[in-house]
Amino acid sequence: MSTSAPDTAVAPDAGTERPTSGELLEVTDLRTTIRTPRGPLVAVDGVSLRLKRGETLGIVGESGSGKTVLSRSIMGLLPGRGTMLTGSVRFDGQELVGAPESLLRSIWGPRIAMVFQDPMTSLNPVHRIGRQIAETLRLHLKLSKKLANQSAVTLLAQVGIPSPELRARNYPVELSGGMRQRVMIAIALACGPELLLADEPTTGLDVTIQAQILDLLAEAQRMRHMAMIFVTHDLGIVATRTDQIMVMYAGRAVEFAPTHQLFANVRMPYTEALLHSTPRMGNPSHTRLAAIDGRPPDLVSRPPGCSFAARCPYAQDKCREESPMLVADAAEPDHFYACWYPRGTSTPVHPQGAPSDA
Amino acid sequence: MTLDASAAPLLTVRDLHVSFTRGGHTVQAVSGVSFDLFEGETLGLVGESGCGKSTTGRAVARVIAPTSGSVVLGDIDLTTCRPSVLRRERTRLQMIFQDPISSLNPRRRVRDIVAEPLDIWHSAKGQERTRIVTEMLEAVGLDPVLAAPCYPRQFSGGQCQRISIARALVMRPKILICDEMVSALDVSIQAQILNLVEDLKAAYGLTVLFIAHDLAVVKNVSDRVAVMYLGRLCEVAGADDLYRSPRHHYTNALLASAVEPDPDAPRTHAPLQGEPPSPLNPPSGCRFRTRCPRAEERCATEVPELREIEPNHHVACHFPVEIRDRAA
Ligand SMILES: Nc1ncnc2c1ncn2[C@@H]1O[C@H](COP(=O)(O)OP(=O)(O)O)[C@@H](O)[C@H]1O
Ligand SMILES: Nc1ncnc2c1ncn2[C@@H]1O[C@H](COP(=O)(O)OP(=O)(O)O)[C@@H](O)[C@H]1O
Ligand code: SF4
Ligand code: SF4
Ligand SMILES: [Mg+2]
Ligand SMILES: [Mg+2]
Repeated sequence: MSTSAPDTAVAPDAGTERPTSGELLEVTDLRTTIRTPRGPLVAVDGVSLRLKRGETLGIVGESGSGKTVLSRSIMGLLPGRGTMLTGSVRFDGQELVGAPESLLRSIWGPRIAMVFQDPMTSLNPVHRIGRQIAETLRLHLKLSKKLANQSAVTLLAQVGIPSPELRARNYPVELSGGMRQRVMIAIALACGPELLLADEPTTGLDVTIQAQILDLLAEAQRMRHMAMIFVTHDLGIVATRTDQIMVMYAGRAVEFAPTHQLFANVRMPYTEALLHSTPRMGNPSHTRLAAIDGRPPDLVSRPPGCSFAARCPYAQDKCREESPMLVADAAEPDHFYACWYPRGTSTPVHPQGAPSDA
Repeated sequence: MTLDASAAPLLTVRDLHVSFTRGGHTVQAVSGVSFDLFEGETLGLVGESGCGKSTTGRAVARVIAPTSGSVVLGDIDLTTCRPSVLRRERTRLQMIFQDPISSLNPRRRVRDIVAEPLDIWHSAKGQERTRIVTEMLEAVGLDPVLAAPCYPRQFSGGQCQRISIARALVMRPKILICDEMVSALDVSIQAQILNLVEDLKAAYGLTVLFIAHDLAVVKNVSDRVAVMYLGRLCEVAGADDLYRSPRHHYTNALLASAVEPDPDAPRTHAPLQGEPPSPLNPPSGCRFRTRCPRAEERCATEVPELREIEPNHHVACHFPVEIRDRAA
């Protein structure tokens, strides 16, 4: 571990000086339409969410459900030309949808940072990792070259990289997948962001390494009072590490609840299907899994009604005709679901456009 | 399933070694692995990436030649038998891989992909060939009329995996070696394929070596589970027994690292720090000793052999984990 490098240059505790209550992020009716050769593809279809400082939101869904497009849309990073973004993303009171690139650039890094599944695609293969971190610090925090280099080593030590002075001189390809992800996290944390978007940050890593990375993220979040959006296909990861969970299916939020309520009282049949088809170590071997047949709909030609209707064991005629809105549970006002014939125990009262209307 | 330890195993692997030499360095991918596969069982092989699971599977299926050791199927040693015998025996032992799409020839129709082994062995032609292909496609849950004339690109990953299974079963093998067969699939599709494996195993009397890194997946389909670390087996036991009472310190740490979809599950800290050492230069004695919380001097000097410390529970450790709550 490094003892010589100063801790001062980095801004690890920047978050704690900021107000600690109120919404940090407010997303309302966000819709992302991607132009494809087959026609417009609505990858994110009217998603709303809210997040406070220090909170963690898990976004769960299978591949193609729109998790990555949603998290990138929140940041204003759109996949390709001709992509249309409507709705609103308010970050600390500032509207990001339609904001000039210069504003977005001043927010990316210092205030909102992102960690991706595959660090190899976001790290520069021909630059040493120490230099890549130092450049981020120089750009955003206007540090001198010397101080930035020292701080880069400190950050590497903070994310648990052994012999950080030596490692700073490595190229990305010389590191294991787990080490590269630590470097990505170091870069993301470099400027003390208020919101971290982590998109499948441990997918592809072995479980013992995953456990280390999850600990690292949780620790960084606690120290900095940082908000986090944790995107994953794995319900196990979000079960014990989030305050709220949003389940996505075919570009829509189909259930949204505080983590304990979601698991204790599943309302939306897709959430139920996801839970029942996941094998668990706690179950005896040969426990029959409740598999759901079929596949999600084509997002270019989405059928009317509920997107899950073709696979849902409880579907009735109404499901194929009318799209269910996200509504609040009568007994649990923080618990939202989109289903005409919900599972679980209570009945919906008033339709809601978004969780934020509760 | 209870195993009759007195029954002769269908497949016996003894002291299997596989090393790869590249650029003057030798990787000991598999270093002295021994296990039995009993008729009708599913043996899970679990461990983290690079520990040698695939190499073990490929050496057992004789896709690659082991450096040393024996693989005996029935009464034939696949490592020493004549090539013509090996060719025949290999049809009794089929492999299924992780990436279903790239393991299917994109230029061939599904019916010809499935029938390929029949064509190679001239074992069925004309109507008989069509009948077998139809039966296999039905068995794996595909509509033969719709699927047979199509090309792989017209199918999703899960459907391609079904096609791979149909092809693997067409010669009526005794043993199926599944290498990360559901790792690339979403959980709802994964569940379909896992259930299918369970059904086919019963319907066709298969014996399965199920290789995967996902602990929950392996437990779900396995009767017994073998845990591998850096080229060696650490522990082999009945699935429920192993997950309830791991006796090897690596198994213990591996299980404690995994997450469950349960908000009340204890959120423990990562039990292992650092990463496994390089297989180019593995530690002496017990290969886990550099990360083991219980390691002593003896662990550095003496290789722990796999031994049966309780009926049907084998562990390679000088100082096994004490038995925890056995009532659960
Ligand atoms: N650049 C792109 N061009 C066309 N379609 C895209 C692009 N990026 C994503 N999509 C589509 O948008 C949908 C959502 O994708 P994504 O957000 O990546 O899903 P997830 O992250 O949940 O796996 C998918 O149908 C995907 O095919
Ligand atoms: N064809 C090969 N050439 C060189 N090294 C190999 C080859 N195949 C596997 N290895 C090495 O052998 C070790 C075990 O690999 P593998 O059997 O694929 O592990 P697993 O399937 O458990 O991830 C690894 O260190 C890997 O790099
Ligand atoms: S609205 Fe109908 S089809 Fe959709 S999830 Fe609910 S019951 Fe199933
Ligand atoms: S043999 Fe020694 S180092 Fe290896 S697992 Fe047992 S106690 Fe640990
Ligand atoms: Mg994604
Ligand atoms: Mg492998």
